[in-house]
Amino acid sequence: MKELLSLLKQNARLSNAELAAMLGRDEATVAKQIAEMEESGIIRGYSVIVDEELADRDEVSAYIELKITPQPDCGFDELARMISGFEEVESVTLMSGGYDLGITLTGSGLRDIANFVSQRLATLEGVLSTRTHFVLKRYKEKGILIQDEPGDERGVYL
Amino acid sequence: MNYESILSERAQAIAPSPIRRFFDLAETMDNVISLGVGEPDFRTPWTIRQAAISTLERQAIFYGANSGLLQLREEISHFMERKYKLKYCPENELLVTIGGSEAVDLTFRTLLNPGDEVLITEPCFVCYAPLVSMADGVPVSLPTQEKNEFRLTAEELKAKITPKTKLLMLSYPNNPTGAIMTREDYEKLAEVLRGTDIMVLSDEIYSELTYGTKHVSIAELDGMRERTIVVNGFSKAFAMTGWRLGWMAAPPEIIAQARKIHQYAIMCAPMISQRAAVEALRHCDADTAHMAEEYDHRRRFLLERFAEMGLPCFPAQGAFYLFPSIEPTGMDSETFCEKLLEEERVAVVPGSAFGESGKNNIRISYAYSLKHLTEAANRMERFLRNHKK
Repeated sequence: MKELLSLLKQNARLSNAELAAMLGRDEATVAKQIAEMEESGIIRGYSVIVDEELADRDEVSAYIELKITPQPDCGFDELARMISGFEEVESVTLMSGGYDLGITLTGSGLRDIANFVSQRLATLEGVLSTRTHFVLKRYKEKGILIQDEPGDERGVYL
Repeated sequence: MNYESILSERAQAIAPSPIRRFFDLAETMDNVISLGVGEPDFRTPWTIRQAAISTLERQAIFYGANSGLLQLREEISHFMERKYKLKYCPENELLVTIGGSEAVDLTFRTLLNPGDEVLITEPCFVCYAPLVSMADGVPVSLPTQEKNEFRLTAEELKAKITPKTKLLMLSYPNNPTGAIMTREDYEKLAEVLRGTDIMVLSDEIYSELTYGTKHVSIAELDGMRERTIVVNGFSKAFAMTGWRLGWMAAPPEIIAQARKIHQYAIMCAPMISQRAAVEALRHCDADTAHMAEEYDHRRRFLLERFAEMGLPCFPAQGAFYLFPSIEPTGMDSETFCEKLLEEERVAVVPGSAFGESGKNNIRISYAYSLKHLTEAANRMERFLRNHKK
């Protein structure tokens, strides 16, 4: 399972046949294991890593630190769930350290993000403060480099 | 000047690398995809590179001890003990060399008298026979067979032993075949060798790259340590080829002689590499394991593709090579490789480059990304379809 997951994390588009060959299992077993992981929720979805600069999409991303008040019964969960509900929010994580929730967000421009933070986030009950950092450039995401790999520099020696 | 009469006859007698011509040709073509390279595609783990950087920042780089940094020899000693339960004394049984190659060369120069025969297990890496010749020895080819998965058998060994046999050269996990030897396989050889004066040079540079099995050193077997020179290094296990660092492990009498030659020819192995290598041996077992796991995925992937395209290939369990047989195509390995290059722009190495016994095979390196391997396999599949007999 662990090996299968690590292969899928590197490239979720490998076919079941390819995965089966690489792991030394048969295709049906791999298909079953993936189905099981999807079923049980170990695998929550598949996505793609895009070089936004090359794709030339005029989008702005931001990382927002949020301090919030934990609620009596459910701690941080209720508010985190509520924030996760916004479509423009890409990730929500509970953090240790100087703030509570870390949020990544993509919008069509600076104003978009500013509006979202000031009108939607900051106004939520329980939110104490926000701190917004804009993303200038991405170098690596989920283990994949967002830059051209250097060419094969190896000479041909035996 | 007539250089031919000036230059050493021995040097001139060395044949140029048999694949040079082939790769020179490949370089003139566009869109060539190579499966020819014999070194890892991984970069040296960052922590090792960082150790080298901090060495440059903090340390003066002086000459070091001829035998190598004591700290490094201690780590090598630990490595050999934790991996193979082999005990080598850092003070007088280990010598740090410029890659495994220097250790191989040193062994020949240390052991051979003129006319001594060296049995070279083939197919094998191309450097052994020329280095034996340069040390006044006589290289004797000891071919292995595909039907035995290119393992050396006791019968094959016995058939080639003469009163002049000084040394048996073994290199498992093997370049180019990917073959390995098990403890049982070695035990049969050991039975032949015990009680003789024949020494063994075991080049174990691919020791950390085995799949579904753990590497065994022939020196682990009863009575073999005293007659074995083990060569290993950092190039393959830690993706450190260009750092040029290896070692030899042998009884003190042998190391003492080898050290003299090393001292006069080399002085000491590069100190930056040595300090970085300490980090490699202390903290990078997980990196090695990760690389091995990824090689294994590629190995299985290619074996599957070869099976699908009808290219027979024994399931090699070591190094990062596969050695499929091209016999069904009716071509010899050089013709096959030239045609494959011309028609599909895929560069692989003819098995004949590694000895006569490889003439029906080609060497495929899988030290490449899966994407690269997929494209190469697609092209090979088309090639085989077009040349179906």
